[in-house]
Amino acid sequence: MRSKIMTGAAFIAVAALALTGCSAATDSTATGGLSIDVPDIPMLEELGEMESEVNIVAWSGFVEPAWSDAFTEETGCTVNRRVAGTSDEMVQLMRTGDYDLVSASGDASLRLIAGGDVQPINLDLVPNFGDDIVEGMKGQIYDTINGQSYGVPIGRGANILQYNSDVVTEEPTSWDVAWELDSPYAGEIIAYDAPIYIADAAVYLMAHEPDLGITNPYALDQEQLDAAIDLLKQQNTIVSEYWADPAAQITSFAGGTTSLGTSWEILRKLTDDDKFKSVLPEEGSTGWSDAWMIATESESPNCAYAWVDYTSSAEVNGAIATNFGMAPANAAFCDTSDEAAAHCEYFNATDEEYFSNVWFWTTPIEQCIDGRTDVTCTNFQQWTDAWLSVKS
Amino acid sequence: MNRRAQLSALLALPMLWLIGIYIFSLVMLLVTAFWVTDPFTSKVKPGFTLRNFEQIIANPAYATTSLRTLGIALAVTVLSILISVPLGIFMAKVASPKLRAILAVAITLPLWAGYLVKILAMRITFTEEGFFNSMLGPLGISGPGFSIVTVVLTLTYLWLPYMAVPVYTAIRQLPPNLFDASSDLGAGAGFTIRTVVLPLIKPAIIAGSIFTFSLSLGDYIAAKFVGGSTQMIGSIIASNINLNPPIAAAFSLVPIAFVVIYLLSVQRTGALERM
Repeated sequence: MRSKIMTGAAFIAVAALALTGCSAATDSTATGGLSIDVPDIPMLEELGEMESEVNIVAWSGFVEPAWSDAFTEETGCTVNRRVAGTSDEMVQLMRTGDYDLVSASGDASLRLIAGGDVQPINLDLVPNFGDDIVEGMKGQIYDTINGQSYGVPIGRGANILQYNSDVVTEEPTSWDVAWELDSPYAGEIIAYDAPIYIADAAVYLMAHEPDLGITNPYALDQEQLDAAIDLLKQQNTIVSEYWADPAAQITSFAGGTTSLGTSWEILRKLTDDDKFKSVLPEEGSTGWSDAWMIATESESPNCAYAWVDYTSSAEVNGAIATNFGMAPANAAFCDTSDEAAAHCEYFNATDEEYFSNVWFWTTPIEQCIDGRTDVTCTNFQQWTDAWLSVKS
Repeated sequence: MNRRAQLSALLALPMLWLIGIYIFSLVMLLVTAFWVTDPFTSKVKPGFTLRNFEQIIANPAYATTSLRTLGIALAVTVLSILISVPLGIFMAKVASPKLRAILAVAITLPLWAGYLVKILAMRITFTEEGFFNSMLGPLGISGPGFSIVTVVLTLTYLWLPYMAVPVYTAIRQLPPNLFDASSDLGAGAGFTIRTVVLPLIKPAIIAGSIFTFSLSLGDYIAAKFVGGSTQMIGSIIASNINLNPPIAAAFSLVPIAFVVIYLLSVQRTGALERM
C-alpha cells in the first residue's frame, strides 16, 4: 500500500513538474471590422541601444535557459523570468509595472490592451514575424485591435474531448456525451474549472439550440448566458470532477474516476497510455493561443523587442512549442527536422481546417464581438459571477 | 525608566508583528471590500460601494457555499472529537508506556509530511481504482469517490493531531485517584467517562475544536483535489482574488464572522480562560 501511494505521489510530482503553470491558455477569434475603444499609446518607431535586462512574465516552459542563455549572449540582455499560473495573475503582475513582457493568452490580452497596460507593436521591428506565421494566428482579435497589432503569436492549442477507450469503446463524434443527462458516462465526466468554460457550453448550444442565435461563444447576451449556465448546471449533476490543475486532470483519468471530458493534447500525451484517445467533436471546441506583449511602461523596450524577435524564429519558437506541447506559431519550424515535422503533425500546427472549428479564448466584453449592436453582451465579471452558481 | 525601556524592547517585536502584519492586513482587507472593480479591465479603484456585499447576499451561490463550508467544518470537528476522546483515554489510561509512545508518534507523524502531499495521498486513496476501492471492493463496499464526504475525511485526517494531542494531554493530567474514587463509588467505565472525564477535558476539546473548525473553514485545496464538484468559501475567494479582489475581500469576512461567533459562544462557557 505504501509503495502504491509513493508511486502515485511520485507520478503526480513528475506530472506537476512537467506542467507547472500550464494551466495557462487563452485566446480569441477573428472578427473583422470590429472597433474597440483603447487608450492611445505610442508605438516604438525604431530600435535603440540594448538595455541590460528584460523582465518577463510567462507560462511555465516559455522562458528556459536552453534558449534564453543564447539570447543573453547575443544581445547582452539578462533575462529575468517570472512564471505565472493563471491569466488573471499575469494581468495583475503586468500592472505592477515591474515587467517588460508577458506571454498573454487571449482571455488576458484584451484586458491588458483596454487597460492601457501593453503597447502597440511595430511589426517592422520584428523581422522574424513574417510569412511563415501560420495563417490562423495573424490579426486575431486577441492581439490585434482596430488594425493595430499588440502581440506576436507564440502558439496555440484546442480544448479537445479526451476519452478512455476501455470504457468509451466507440469514438464519440459529439460533445453530447459530456453534456446530456442521458450520457452513458454520467458520473464519469470531467469539466474545466474556470469561468471561461462557459464558452464550451455556448459552443455546444451553438450547434444544438440554433434558436438561441449564438454566433460567437464569447459574445453572449444575458439570455444566451442564462442558457449556457443552465446547461452547465445540468452537466454539474453528471460530472465526477472539475479540473484546473493539469496534474489533477491526469490522475483523474489514470485513476479511473473519469472516463471522458475536456483536455489538452499535451495532457493526453502525458498520460503515456494509448488507451486514452482524443477527438475534436463535430461541434468544434474552444482553444487558446498565446502572444508576446510589451508593457506600456517598459524600461527595456529594446531588449523586449529583441526577445520577441528572437523567440519568433523558427528554431526558438519551435523549441517553446515543443517544450510546452502546443502548435507553434512559426510554420517554418515544421520543416527543420523529422521530429519537428512529427510535432507539427501531432499538434495540427498548419492544419487551418482543424483550427477553423476552434474558438480561441477571448475576454468577453460588453460590446458584442460578433457584431451585434442591438444588445449588450455579458462581460467577464458577469461570467465569473454566473460561474459560481454552477457548482453551488 | 530603565524598566520601561526593557519592557518596550521586550514587546517591540510581538507588537510590530501583531499590529503590522495581523491587524494592518485585516484592516486593509476590510477596506478593500468597499472598493470597486472595473468590469472590463478588472482594475481595482479605491472608492466606497456596498455593491460587493449586495452581490454576496443577492447571489444564492454565496449563501449555499457558506452554509456548506460551515457544515463541513462542523462535521470535521465532531468527527475529530469522536476519534480523539476514545483514543486519548486508551493512550493515557490503558496502553502500556511503549504502545503509548508508538501511538503518540503515529498521531503526530502526519504533521511532519507536507500538506499538499497528504491531500494528494488522499486523492490517490479515493480515486476510482485507488487503495480504498481495491481493498474494500471485494467486500462489496465502494468508496465515496470525490465528494463532500471525502473532503470531510481528508480534512479530519489533516487536522486530527490538533484535536488529539490536547485531548490526550488533558486526560494524561487527570489524577488517577479520580478514576479510583469514581469506581469505588460504583460507577462503570461509561459512567465515569461521561460524568468525570468529559467535563474535565472540555477545555481541551474546545481548544482543539478551535483549530479543527477554523482550519477547515479556510481550506479549499482539499475541496479542489478530492471534492469533485464540491465548492467551499475558499474556492470562491480563490477564483475571485485576481479578477475581483473587492468581492473576494467582502466574502472573506464570512469565515471571519463564523470564527468570531464560534469564539464568542465558547467563551460564554468559560472554556477559554482555562485553556
